[in-house]
Amino acid sequence: MAYVSSQSGPIAAPRPRLLLTREESGNLALALVSGAAWLGFAFLTLNWPDIGDWARGPELAAFAGALGAALILAGLFGLFSDLGAARLRRSTPWLLVLGLFFSLWQATTAKFPILPQPFFPPPHAMLEVFFDDWSKLALSIFASVKLELAGFLLGGGAGFVIGVLLGCSSAFGYWAHPIMRLIGPLPSIAWLPIAFFAFPSSWSASVFLIGLTTSFPVAVLTWSGVASVNPAYYDVARTLGASRAFLIFKVAIPAALPHVFVGLFMGLGASFAVLVTAEMMGVKAGLGFYLQWAQGWAAYANMYAALLVMSLMCSGFVTLLFRIRDRLLSYQKADVQW
Amino acid sequence: MVSAAAKIDSKESGVEIEFRDVSHHFIIDGAVLPVLDHVGFTAGRGEFVALLGPSGCGKSTLLRLVAGLEAPKQGEILAEGLPIAKPDPSRVVVFQDPTLFPWRNVRDNVALGLEAQGLLKTRGGRIDDALRLVGLEKFAKAFPHQLSGGMAQRVALARALVNDPELLILDEPLGKLDSLTRLTMQGEIVALWRRAGFTALLVTHDVEEALLMATRVIVFSERPAAIKADITIDKPYPRHRDDPDLVGRRREILGLLGLDSSW
Repeated sequence: MAYVSSQSGPIAAPRPRLLLTREESGNLALALVSGAAWLGFAFLTLNWPDIGDWARGPELAAFAGALGAALILAGLFGLFSDLGAARLRRSTPWLLVLGLFFSLWQATTAKFPILPQPFFPPPHAMLEVFFDDWSKLALSIFASVKLELAGFLLGGGAGFVIGVLLGCSSAFGYWAHPIMRLIGPLPSIAWLPIAFFAFPSSWSASVFLIGLTTSFPVAVLTWSGVASVNPAYYDVARTLGASRAFLIFKVAIPAALPHVFVGLFMGLGASFAVLVTAEMMGVKAGLGFYLQWAQGWAAYANMYAALLVMSLMCSGFVTLLFRIRDRLLSYQKADVQW
Repeated sequence: MVSAAAKIDSKESGVEIEFRDVSHHFIIDGAVLPVLDHVGFTAGRGEFVALLGPSGCGKSTLLRLVAGLEAPKQGEILAEGLPIAKPDPSRVVVFQDPTLFPWRNVRDNVALGLEAQGLLKTRGGRIDDALRLVGLEKFAKAFPHQLSGGMAQRVALARALVNDPELLILDEPLGKLDSLTRLTMQGEIVALWRRAGFTALLVTHDVEEALLMATRVIVFSERPAAIKADITIDKPYPRHRDDPDLVGRRREILGLLGLDSSW
């Protein structure tokens, strides 16, 4: 939409028009200003000498310049075409703020000695890490994803089964409930020293710890989900000839699924803490290890780069979980949009 | 929605239900709360019996017992002379709330009974018949949250009828509907009953509803429920609420319920 709202009334004026509407000119101005911010950032990066020795300044400037030019062109293009304009308009405020933030970051680290070095590297130092150390970062991401998935899937699966059993069998509950009450609230990290010598490898120990962390909230919420199933559902199913297995698999579990996903979300969040700790403490791979290693070498740019990648990874996991939830629970309106 | 079909000989597919001296109580905080007091009557094959009584008198408990969801503390309930020990798909309940499974679409909700009994392959065709019967064939893919109260209750009805029950147990199925939908569905249920010929037990506290729908009205006292009167309504369908005979019966029943001064 050409920087003009389709709801702006029955304006029949054919294009091109000489005057812009208030809304159009506001949108254009915003696009121009954010484009200018990025061009300014590019100019600052390239033409103002750094106080330290960092490479990849020209690449960063090229990227920022291209983005700034693209924003300005898109703003002008948006006056004539509806293509993708709504989406761009939604992100221009963010792009403007980011352009200003990068400029400020650049100025306070690389141009003026305001933030202490080497603890606060400039943006192109981080870009340098992605250019020069990408293979090591990629391997770390792969290791972290593998460890997280193994632990989360095992723990989530175990927690789900335990939760269903707790909800359906009082005999199981008699034995499992006290154990769960005792062990569940204990932070899994506390097991770390024992786990590292009790398990054949630090990797399997970490899978166990991540699984343990995940399983507790999943078990509790699955259990409460099964326990809170409307008893009328069981009555209906029983009068229609349902067996016990049918009541569990076709009534209790589907009815409890919204709760299960809350448990999985909580378990996932808690598991990230264990993942990073385990990687810092024992596993010689993964983003946590990379972070630890970078800190040991005082490679602060690498640390920030690893932090950025780590948050993208964790956010990616949460997004994936929410996508699966929305797919499985499509019959209800999603209450939290991620 | 349901066309009034010519009455098939309804003594064919229904079941005879006999309540033999049934008493029941609940224990709440250690105190015994009697709900049914020596209830005894027989609903013949294909009869439409309305159980009428004040709110909370124990009528719904009676239905849970005949459905086999609970066992009576005293006495027994017989279906064709055999005691009812557990739920059976030949005796289906339509509850006050439609209690559709929100994760299943309309068609899958109706399929529930056949699926539970492992009959989906052999009798799956009945699902579409049942949906047509309640006029919801166009909503097969809709989810329960997209339905109005009346539509949801029709789905619940189809979910019951797909099992071809011998006994249809209606626990105030129209209690929560708006009055217009209620009137429509009273006629629909009667038409379905006349077509299929099952025995029907309807719990209601609406005197008019009982008189319009049932062949027999059993009036219960307040809790613990005991039978106060057993009235045969020998009138052809469709019945009209302003029929002077029914109006007279209505006054008589309201009197039994201690509401004769009301209009």
